Order: sequence, then C-alpha cells, then structure tokens
Amino acid sequence: MDLSAINPIILIAALISAATPILLAATGELVAERAGVLNLGVEGMMITGAVCGFIISVNTGSPALGFIMAAVGGAALSLLFAFLTQVALANQVASGLALTLFGLGISSLMGQNYVGIKPPRLPDVNFGPLADIPVLGPILFSHDPIVYVGLLILAGVWATLKYTRAGLVLRAVGENHDAAHALGYKVKRIRTLAIMFGGACAGMGGAYISLIRVPQWTEGMTAGVGWIALALVVFASWKPWRVLLGAYLFGGITQLQLNLQGAGVAIPVEYLAMSPYVVTIIVLVILSADKSRAPGSLGRIFHASQ
Amino acid sequence: MKLTTLIAGAALAFGLATTAFADGHAKTKVGFVFVGPVGDGGWTYEHNKGRLAVEEHFGDKVETVFVESVKEGPDSERVMTQMALNGADLIFTTSFGYMDPTINVAAKFPKVKFEHATGYKQADNVSVYSARFYEGRAIQGHIAGSMTKSNIIGYIASFPIPEVIRGINSAYIHAKKANPDVEFKIIWAYTWFDPAKEADAAKVLIEQGADVILQHTDSTAPQAAAQDAGNVITFGQASDMSQYGPLPRVSSIIDDWAPYYIARTQAVMDGTWTSTSTWDGIGAGMVGIGEISDAVPADIKAEALAMKASLADGSYHAFTGPLNKADGSVWLADGETANDGDLAGMGFYVEGITAEIPK
Repeated sequence: MDLSAINPIILIAALISAATPILLAATGELVAERAGVLNLGVEGMMITGAVCGFIISVNTGSPALGFIMAAVGGAALSLLFAFLTQVALANQVASGLALTLFGLGISSLMGQNYVGIKPPRLPDVNFGPLADIPVLGPILFSHDPIVYVGLLILAGVWATLKYTRAGLVLRAVGENHDAAHALGYKVKRIRTLAIMFGGACAGMGGAYISLIRVPQWTEGMTAGVGWIALALVVFASWKPWRVLLGAYLFGGITQLQLNLQGAGVAIPVEYLAMSPYVVTIIVLVILSADKSRAPGSLGRIFHASQ
Repeated sequence: MKLTTLIAGAALAFGLATTAFADGHAKTKVGFVFVGPVGDGGWTYEHNKGRLAVEEHFGDKVETVFVESVKEGPDSERVMTQMALNGADLIFTTSFGYMDPTINVAAKFPKVKFEHATGYKQADNVSVYSARFYEGRAIQGHIAGSMTKSNIIGYIASFPIPEVIRGINSAYIHAKKANPDVEFKIIWAYTWFDPAKEADAAKVLIEQGADVILQHTDSTAPQAAAQDAGNVITFGQASDMSQYGPLPRVSSIIDDWAPYYIARTQAVMDGTWTSTSTWDGIGAGMVGIGEISDAVPADIKAEALAMKASLADGSYHAFTGPLNKADGSVWLADGETANDGDLAGMGFYVEGITAEIPK
C-alpha cells in the first residue's frame, strides 16, 4: 500500500470534473421534476447531446459551439417527450423510457462516421495569477469553462426557484397543476419550457463526456450516467444544493476508489467499487430526514378539462 | 437495448411470420449476442467483423441476426431464447458472462447449436471457443517492461475471471523478465465497456506514475487519455485501434474470429457440427499482433517479433517454469509448461504481483 501516490489536490480537481456531467443532467431534471414532469429520458438526451456536440465540434473546430449545439440537440429531443406527454397526454414513464431508447439509437446512427476521431479541445479558463495560489489554485481555478457553467446554472436554478416569481410559478405548477391552472398560469407551456431546459442541460452534460472527459465518440458512451442523475434528484429531495453535494460525493468517491485501487489499498475491490453508490445514497437519505417530499403533481398528466 | 435492437427484433418477428409456412429454412440462420455496441472499436467490433465475414462468405445461403449491448445475466437468456424461437440454427454468445444463460437456453433448444466464447461449460449442443490472448499479452508485457521508464505499468482490468487473470500474469511475467524492477498497478473497472470510467482509470494510473497502460476493457477511451497525457504507451485491445498509433498505441492484440465463424457455420450447413472446445492462439491466426509502431526501438521490436514467432510455432510457451504463485508455492518447475486445465481455471497471481485478486 502506498497512499503517498495519491495527490489529494489532483483528486479533488478530478472529482469536480468527473461530477460535472451528472451535475448538469441532474440540475436539468430537477427543474423538470419541480414543474411536475418525470422525464426518464435523461440518458437518451445526454447521449444525443454527446453526439451532437461531438459532430459540431469536429466539423467546425469550435468546442464552444459544440456545447451550444449539444444543448440544442438535447432540447430538441426533449421536445418529442414534451409533445408526447403534454399534447398527446401519454404516460410520462413510458414516454421517458422510449426517449432513452430512441436517443441511444439515433445517436449511434448519427455518430457512425465519427468513431475514432479526436475532437478539438476546449481550453481551460485562464484565471491568471489565481491559478498559482497553492492548493486552491489547482482545485478551483484550473478547469474548463463548462465546469463553471454547470455551477452557475445550478446557482441560477436555486436562486430562481427560491427568490423569483417565475420560480414560484414553476413550483406551483409542479405542486398542484389544477390550482395553478385556475390561477391562469399556462401549465403546459411552463412544463414544456421546463422539459426543454432539462433536455438542454442533459445535452451539455453528455457533450462534457464526449468532448472533455473521454474525449472521443463511442456508441453508448454515457453508460448509465443519466440514470444516476435521475436517482440523484430523488435522493437530493429536489433541492439544488443537495444535488451538488450528491454529484460531488458520487464523483469524488468514484475517483477516490480508483485511486485507492491503484495504490493497492487492502480493502476488497468489490467494496470500493460499490462505495460511490452506497455512500451517496446514505448521505442523501440522512439529509432528507427533514420530511422533504416530491412535488405534488409529479408524473401526473394535466388536461384543462379534468 | 437500442433502436437497432428493436428494429432487429421487429424484423425477426416479421421474418418468422412470413417464412413460417415456407418449406423449412433454405437459409442457415446464425445469431450473435454481443455484450457491447458493434461500434465499440474493440471486442464487439471484432466479433461483428466475424459476423460480416460469414455473410460475405456464404452470401444468400446464410442469414445473420445480432443483438448488441446485451447485459450479462438474465437479460441475455431472454435474448437467446428469442433468437432460438425465431429459428436460428446456430447462436454465438460472445461474452464470458453469457456462460450459464447459454447452457440454460441450450438445454431448452436441443436442436439449436450454441457457441459460447471464452467460457468453459460445454454441452451436447454447446461448444466453447476462445483465443489464447495470453500469448499476445506476453508480447505486450515484453514491450511494456522494456520501454517503461518509471517502472510502473498500469493495468485496467474488467472482471476477476480466469481470462483476465491469465492476461495479467502473462504480461507481468514477461515484463519482469525484461525489467526486474517493474511494478504492476491494477485497477478493476467491473465493466467491459464504460468509456468514462475507463478514461478515469487510465488517468488515475498515469497520475500515479504509470507510463504504460495495458487494458482489458473494450473501448478506446484509455488510448485517448494516454494520448492526452503524452509520454504514455498503450496497446490496442481486441481490435487494432491503429487510429491511436504510432503513439500512444505501439502495438495491439487483434482477435480474428472470422475463420472460426465461417468454419462453424459450414459445419452446421453440412450437418457435421459437434460440440467442441477450441482454444487457438497466434499460430492458428485467432490472435493477431497489430503492427509494432516505430515508437518502439528496433531491438525491442525484433525481440518482440522473435517471441511472436516462437509462440506461433509452439517452441515457446508463455507460461514456462520456473514460476511460483503469489503465495510463494511452486506452480511450475524449471522448464515445465502450464497445462490447459490450469490455464482455463486460473485464479491466482504469479509471484511478484502484490495485489489481491477480488473474490
């Protein structure tokens, strides 16, 4: 065993980067669920974002544009879900699962000619002298822009939900869509926007995997991250800062367990491999002892006549 | 399951409905169950190449179907049952974790022939086949041990099964021979295919000082991570992965299933198929060694090629004594070579590897 091989600063910097796709996808899903929509298609929207972002980046040479188009791609796919659930009034669970299957299929179709290509790299943000601060510099000021975008989106979602009228309306729609409708709010329009926001965030999260973390395109490369994000929203009791905590915890322990394995720590590998899931769930379950509950209208279909 | 799977399933069902009344089947129907997507660039990609070779070789006489990204376990049993019900004559199940499901389904369909890759359970209608990948690992180990400067070699392992453990041992033995100071750091990913996790594992190993990464997982993500880090060498796994050459990828193990798939399909057509156990290596062409790139110094390349030749003609066995097990007990005496039974069930590290094998 040689723990000195593990550098805690690099470990923390790596966990922030590793947690970003989950964080983005979970933030988007949180907004959709707070509006009362259960979208199980996160995985499908992520992988579609991953391939859209990859294709655009490779063809234009601009990773930034790639990320924007990944968000557009994810949002476009989520429109399909919005149509099914908000217009056709289809079951949300079934539609979400279908969206995942569809997203996985269409992404492998779109990505067929992009296997084995190296995408242009998004440069890290240059914070100048800030990056030279010992310890804090490499941890906080040495990342690519999307890490900060993810955090800004999360903070924005938190502030919007908590302090603004728009946030209040969104929550009202999620808690009781009949009451919100009676007050004159456009339930379907608000939900569709929330779904599209969720799709855009998931798309960016997927592109983060294909453009920065891996970086390459491989079919099915999100490998279940969308499902983890989905579970995280529930375990975080639909609260933004707990999503951040959960995502960093999950990303952090995943990184830590790989590091411990590499260093040859004498903990059986099976326990290490399951630790990210177990620890994240335990921590968030303990936190949710404050009687937080799901939005009242979550997963229910709304029609003005009913 | 994916859209392609659904379409394949729908096509299967449609095909069954329309041909059920035709006189038996004129075509031999061959099914393939894949553990990853056919575009993984590694393991499944090569099996799919074998499938395409069968189609090309037999043309109209054969029809192939496949389902990709099938989870090991109960889900695979469902997929195999569906294939058998839809009239497949021969089904290749191409991952270790399909072993028990294959045996179970085969018992229900005695007339359908099954071929299970990398397993060890046979039945009257179940053959097993695998390739002696450890021969390729020996060559990788030699190059890795000769080229490492930090003396740390990172190994991304998938699941603790004999196949993977054999690979680690073979690579270690030959790396150690080339460089007595070499040390292996092993990370178990517990997945065959998860690019993000494989990339993370590679980054961690590089961070901990490894300048050679060996992988026994199927995606090209570790190659990309090594390329990013610079000054790290890798080897293509299952497929050539030559798009990452000449650096970081300096060579590769290539699985070539096509001749075997064609021969077995032919046997079914001729009615001569019997349950067999096939385990071929470099000599028979089932294991190929991808071109050794110019990043490898000429003398090391020559040694590697000499080793390849001696493994191919059988004059050298990758597991030749004296070798001890990790617990210090004697495994092979001087000059003794390992028998296939020991290799097939290998559950121990050789002496020198300090890690524990997960149980």
